[in-house]
Amino acid sequence: MNKETLKKTIIYLVLALGAIIMIFPFYWMVSGAFKTDAEYFSFPPVWFPSNWFNFDNFINAFHKAPLMKYFINSTIVMVCSVGINGFITILAAFGFSRLKFPGKEVIFAVLVAFMMVPFEMLVITNYQTVTRLHLIDTIPVLIIPFTSSIFYTYILKGFFDTVPDSLYYSARIDGASNWKYLWRVMVPIARPSLVTIMLLNAIASWNSFMWVQLVINSDRNRTIPLGIFSFVSEAGSDPKLQLAAATISILPMVILFLFARKYIVSGVARGGVKG
Amino acid sequence: MDKKKNNDSNGNYIFNKRGEPLIYLVPFAIGLLIFTVYPIINVVFMSFKEGYRLSGNFTGWGLANYQYVLTNGEFLSSIKNTFIYVFTVVPIATILSIIVANFLNQKIKGMAIFQTAYFLPMVTSSIAVGISWRYMFNTQFGVINWLLSHIGIGPIDWLGATAGRAPWNIFVIIIFGIWNLMPFTIILLLSGLQNIDPMYYTAAKVDGANSWKVFKRITVPLLAPTIFLTMIVNMISAFKVYNEVIPFWSGKAGVLGNNLYTMVYWIKEAFYSKQRLGVAASASIILFLIILVFTVIQKYIQKKTDY
Repeated sequence: MNKETLKKTIIYLVLALGAIIMIFPFYWMVSGAFKTDAEYFSFPPVWFPSNWFNFDNFINAFHKAPLMKYFINSTIVMVCSVGINGFITILAAFGFSRLKFPGKEVIFAVLVAFMMVPFEMLVITNYQTVTRLHLIDTIPVLIIPFTSSIFYTYILKGFFDTVPDSLYYSARIDGASNWKYLWRVMVPIARPSLVTIMLLNAIASWNSFMWVQLVINSDRNRTIPLGIFSFVSEAGSDPKLQLAAATISILPMVILFLFARKYIVSGVARGGVKG
Repeated sequence: MDKKKNNDSNGNYIFNKRGEPLIYLVPFAIGLLIFTVYPIINVVFMSFKEGYRLSGNFTGWGLANYQYVLTNGEFLSSIKNTFIYVFTVVPIATILSIIVANFLNQKIKGMAIFQTAYFLPMVTSSIAVGISWRYMFNTQFGVINWLLSHIGIGPIDWLGATAGRAPWNIFVIIIFGIWNLMPFTIILLLSGLQNIDPMYYTAAKVDGANSWKVFKRITVPLLAPTIFLTMIVNMISAFKVYNEVIPFWSGKAGVLGNNLYTMVYWIKEAFYSKQRLGVAASASIILFLIILVFTVIQKYIQKKTDY
């Protein structure tokens, strides 16, 4: 019994120490955002800001950069991406899982092989394409290239494949078309998979950086990560303001994670996050 | 597991009309053809077009782009940096994650709190959190140097350079990279651990084996395929390291501006800043070939272990 207690104590100590290290950069960011100049530049470091209700840094950050505009842009891009991509993915996954057409297996196998091509390799041509389509420095250029995802289609098709056919035949007897069957039966059954895909896509969209950096030039079209990055390199001599801006920028994803942790974790365990 | 369930379904609906699949697949196909299929084919051609510019003009066909990148000092150093990054970050993150995942898999209280702490970096942008890390690495008042001063180390000039050399820069992105990679790795290993039949542990307990022996003789061997697979997946993503470099030197590749090129960073510079698309294309083909080797190994392991 004594040995068991010792074992448990060691496990908790190691886990707690690890958890503190993992969470510390977040704590340092949030606490830094509440510090005064004197507190921030002191050495040894000040662990707790004297006033947790000192929102000066946040207010100044909003004054110095159009953070609100970045937020709106990021939200528009995220909502459109998740919606359009979700709709197209549902259709394609159903097509590949259920409908009959020549060359289906071969086409799908080729698509799966395409998954290993890194986006970084496609980016040169895609940059050229959106330049020719005069989409550079617009909001749609952050949405349009990402409407079709092999990865999400692959996951959803895998789930559709497990739905027993008996459901389909009874629906057919009741006179339902394939279209009706997809939206009335398949989609409701696949809800957990769908939520997972959409959450992973929302996270990827919100945090997307490299593509945004390449195709967005003007301040008014920046999304959150690029906005924060530019804030640091252009206006940002004051680290406290940078930390305040960074804190606000990760807030939506932190909240999403706190509420949907199980969905996100199970999604990652099954397929991983892209990018 | 999927295969078993598949027996219920023949996977084909015979009731679809001719042409009906088009309704379902055309929207998907449009985006795919323009932004995935065409770029895959195009990048191969582009890599052989000499002097290729954004406008589409080029001077001729040949191997000059490959010759250029393979003799370019900065590209070769970007390969070196990327390999150092991959082969430090992935093994260290894996070892730490095995410990954490194994402990999280015990019957413990406060699972929700631990999971939140360990998994949070996965959903937050490395650009944003990197700002916090940047100040933690500060030489004069950074918290990391403060901690190290207690064990008689430092102060270390993590982000800076002395006399044109910046040996500590790469450690910054390695430490940041490990922290970034931990959540994903822990999740994959944890789900691998949960797939191990509890029967093995019961049997070991009956035999009176201690925890360390159970870990060494049962957990690690049974988890080995998952560990290996996780490492390969992580290596493939780590070869594409780019975002991890951005926060620390205001977007530059290291304090000197060129001492910390990664392959993706160099490719981006080549086609975006220098507008040398053909050169960038051939460099990205080289990156792809490296990733391909690891992908083939991954597929082979997956097939062998039926994971």
